[in-house]
Amino acid sequence: MAYPAAYRYTKEHEWISVEGAVGTVGITDYAQSSLGDIVFVDLPKVGDRLEAGKIFGSVESVKAVSDLFSPVSGTVTAINQELKNAPEWINADANTTWMLKLDLANPTELDALLSAPQYEAFIAEETEH
Amino acid sequence: MSTTSNPAPLLRKTALNATHRALRAKMVDFGGWDMPVEYSGLIAEHLAVRTSVGLFDVSHMGDIQLRGPGSLAAVQHLCMNDASMLAVGQAQYSAMLTPGGTFVDDVVMHKLSDNDYLIVINAGTREKDVAWVRKQIGSMPSIHIGDYSDYYTQLAIQGPKAEATLAKLTDTDLSAIKNYWFTWGKVCGLYNVMIARTGYTGEDGFEIYVPSDEPTSSRVWGEILNAGAEFGILPCGLGARNTLRLESAMALYGHEISDTINVFEAGLGRYAKLDKGTDFVGRAALAAIQAAGGPQRKLVGLEMIERGIGRDVYPVCTLAGQRIGQITSGSPAPFLRKNIALAYVPVQYAALDEVVAVEIRGQLVKAKVVATPFYKRAKKST
Repeated sequence: MAYPAAYRYTKEHEWISVEGAVGTVGITDYAQSSLGDIVFVDLPKVGDRLEAGKIFGSVESVKAVSDLFSPVSGTVTAINQELKNAPEWINADANTTWMLKLDLANPTELDALLSAPQYEAFIAEETEH
Repeated sequence: MSTTSNPAPLLRKTALNATHRALRAKMVDFGGWDMPVEYSGLIAEHLAVRTSVGLFDVSHMGDIQLRGPGSLAAVQHLCMNDASMLAVGQAQYSAMLTPGGTFVDDVVMHKLSDNDYLIVINAGTREKDVAWVRKQIGSMPSIHIGDYSDYYTQLAIQGPKAEATLAKLTDTDLSAIKNYWFTWGKVCGLYNVMIARTGYTGEDGFEIYVPSDEPTSSRVWGEILNAGAEFGILPCGLGARNTLRLESAMALYGHEISDTINVFEAGLGRYAKLDKGTDFVGRAALAAIQAAGGPQRKLVGLEMIERGIGRDVYPVCTLAGQRIGQITSGSPAPFLRKNIALAYVPVQYAALDEVVAVEIRGQLVKAKVVATPFYKRAKKST
């Protein structure tokens, strides 16, 4: 499974892609595969303030609800409105289906996140059970 | 994620466990059983059953056989429906009740012959049910009670193309088997296989009972998938099994029915034959509930009318936020493309079109009471 090298990852299976001080956030392929068919996404509003490590929304499959944890702190500047009616895009391509964009409050928080190889090692360990 | 090395509790397996794993099914602990929850995807599997055909391993269900001249009397005492109405080869939905008129389990009762009944029971209640049966009728005369649960691999073939699929594997005339009837025939080269037109999906379909040794079970499973390939058959897991039965508003033990819920609350009074002429466990309690004016709460169907998914155990409230009940089963409905639920509410909130609120993670989201079943398959013209 290819996890884009340019992204950073959380242990809760979110990814963030950064350009300057703007971050784009989604969930990983591992997350969508574990969830199954996604039917509902609950996202914050533009202007909301997110905190690194705190819950910012939820994603639901037919069977389960899963919280979404913010990789970094910042202010939401855009929400992917397509996910309201077509959340299954996340299943189709988790790596490129974005959920929200935010202005980073503290770019040094990125250093605490996992690189792609670190994330792949992390999920390899998880699936060993 | 915890990394302590607690050994996983030993889960029970059906004969097809290796087959499911080879198909890369996502496995889950269901009532102590290691079972497939989905293979290719819950929604795809659900839609396959509604539009074509799906195959389920339901061998975790239990089978109790009552035999002997006293078996009808025993069945009549044990279960609420009237088994004396059954012809040989006929089945009926029924239930074993506590003396309080609440549920020990729901069952499908099959009359194999005048002195021979097969009771199919739930997986999660196998041992409890067998112990209950022995306690309730063990001292009745002229009967033998046998637990045959491990003897059968039980497979459900469900959907509009189920008959066409199974017909390729048997010479038995499947079109002659009416709904909730069964027969025996040669299936996949095996003699005397019970073929029942029963199921838990709301679609037409069959359940077959084959010997539970692994080679036979996996061979039959494979032959059914081959036979159904031209119809796009999919192996289906417990995830789709749940969404299918929910769309059809069929009860699940531990959710809509339990030992704290009575027959009338669950809306299953039509299966309780208080006037069948013999007493049964729970009859007096049901008569008393009727005499007192009926149940105080009822099981209703809910459809979410605002954005949100009402799920199992979420509270049901008035629009003002006062808690009045609880969802027993709730989920997105893959075929209906709505979010639906079954819930217990006080009778004054049970009228069709009543608007209530479901408490979803602290927010009140509107839902309305709708008729059940949510989905009913089109009747075939015969």
